[in-house]
Amino acid sequence: MAIQSSQLAIEQLKNLLREKEELNEVVTTKIEELIVELQGCHPHPIDPAQQIIDGFTYFKFNNFDKNPELYERLAKGQSPKFMVFACSDSRVSPSVILNFQPGEAFVVRNIANIVPAFNQLRYSGVGATIEYAITALKVKNILVIGHSRCGGISRLMSHPEDGSIPFDFIDDWVKIGLPAKTNVMKEYEGYDFKEQCNFCELESVNNSLVNLHTYPYVDREIRNKNLALLGGYYDFVNGEFKLWKYMSVVTKPITIPLKTNDLTI
Amino acid sequence: MAIPSSISDPFASKFLPSSISDPFASSYQPSRISVPVKIEQTQLTTLRRSHCSTLKASMGSPGFTQQLNNNKLETLADVKDDRDDIFNDLKDRFLSFKKNVYMANPEQFENLAKVQVPKFMVIACADSRVCPSSILGFQPGEAFTIRNIANLVPTFESGPSEVNAALEFSVNTLQVENILVIGHSCCGGIRALMGMEDDGNTSFIKSWVTNAKNARVKTKAAASNLDFDGQCSHCEKVSINHSLVNLLTYPWIKEKVEKEELSIHGGYYDFVNCSFEKWTLDYRGTKLEENGRIAIKNKVFWY
Repeated sequence: MAIQSSQLAIEQLKNLLREKEELNEVVTTKIEELIVELQGCHPHPIDPAQQIIDGFTYFKFNNFDKNPELYERLAKGQSPKFMVFACSDSRVSPSVILNFQPGEAFVVRNIANIVPAFNQLRYSGVGATIEYAITALKVKNILVIGHSRCGGISRLMSHPEDGSIPFDFIDDWVKIGLPAKTNVMKEYEGYDFKEQCNFCELESVNNSLVNLHTYPYVDREIRNKNLALLGGYYDFVNGEFKLWKYMSVVTKPITIPLKTNDLTI
Repeated sequence: MAIPSSISDPFASKFLPSSISDPFASSYQPSRISVPVKIEQTQLTTLRRSHCSTLKASMGSPGFTQQLNNNKLETLADVKDDRDDIFNDLKDRFLSFKKNVYMANPEQFENLAKVQVPKFMVIACADSRVCPSSILGFQPGEAFTIRNIANLVPTFESGPSEVNAALEFSVNTLQVENILVIGHSCCGGIRALMGMEDDGNTSFIKSWVTNAKNARVKTKAAASNLDFDGQCSHCEKVSINHSLVNLLTYPWIKEKVEKEELSIHGGYYDFVNCSFEKWTLDYRGTKLEENGRIAIKNKVFWY
């Protein structure tokens, strides 16, 4: 019964999309989302415990048991080269999209892969991960990965202008990304909302990289050339990955007053 | 806040030539300043006064990504191969995913691009050895994941944090049906918690793991006969249950658990022996007033 009724609903929704061409974009998106959700509804819902059992069994037989030396080494300690900040979104696990094996990346995941600036009174959660990664694990690279269709960035971009009731916690968290939103609204004024969100997803990664640099130990390791900060963007609509570096440069000094030969620049 | 790029830049000729082989060397533009002023000021105070220098972040704006597009770098496959190992490494990793997973399941990824409907919310440790996707096989779209030090969940009363924001989103907006808190063996965060001393020194790690100080108290009471390592192992499990109790301090979570729309589970991954234990919070049997002891059901152990 359940299969029949959900399939019927899917058919009717698809018909609606085909026939009513004048539906606006918001409605079309909503209908597409509903179709996907209905397609995901199984008549016999998968038992969560069974899913976990199957997953762990697969890992144990195909990975753990086949690499005893690796896991013996890992049991003693970890020495990942990467620290990764990624979004909590279920579609963007760094281990999946960048194929990190156990032991390779120290991963922090939160809404919209945000890194707040150094603040000893707040955000001890993120602070603790950076502190641990740099001082204890001595990671060599920190990679912040943004992604397409990010719900957190979308909320940052739409609130409070859309007049919706504030979320207790989400809004307080995503507002850390406000500098990114300000930059985007200024540089891309007049673009449509979805495009502005795309730009903000990228700009927010840069905002996080800049914030990372405000942690004293991050700054110290960068100046000692022990640490690189990288930005990434996973676009799962087009199947692409962008990668870039954050660099801070110190130029040679100029002496004031300028001598005549310094004027030839 | 953007500083306009000046045409005559006194430092332009003093720019140190890039001797590092760098895939982005050709697109580097020293005069493009896009870092907010406040960062420059913070950095200047840490530099020695005798140096007159400017800190410039070269990749600060979307303008850079346009630069990438202008150089026709559509995908990472175009980055020069004879440079920087890390870039090659990441490029290979992504291309392997794209070929073996993404292109192999086009319909699934097309659907996922529209919306995510995960059934799980997972809270796991940031430890590189315990990625839930690896050890429990979660595929894209299945688990909304938070990772922090020692997989802790602070209480509702402790105020806004990144954990609460994710809980709010996953439970109220995504409407996940299960929350799973996964702890693990040899956890550095729990070790720090157990070894913490009240010596007046503060650090982020201390401030953060203090969220689980009740777990430490309970462990010291129940396992004082064990050595330090034994106590840490015990605390790893006590802390998971402590996080489960903290989940119930959130009114909207408690309501859904009462109505049986949401289940809360604890899990413990021991990577020394490769075993996994899982249990479910038995809400009906739990009396929260009794110093936070919880009743559990459906306990399983795989090894």
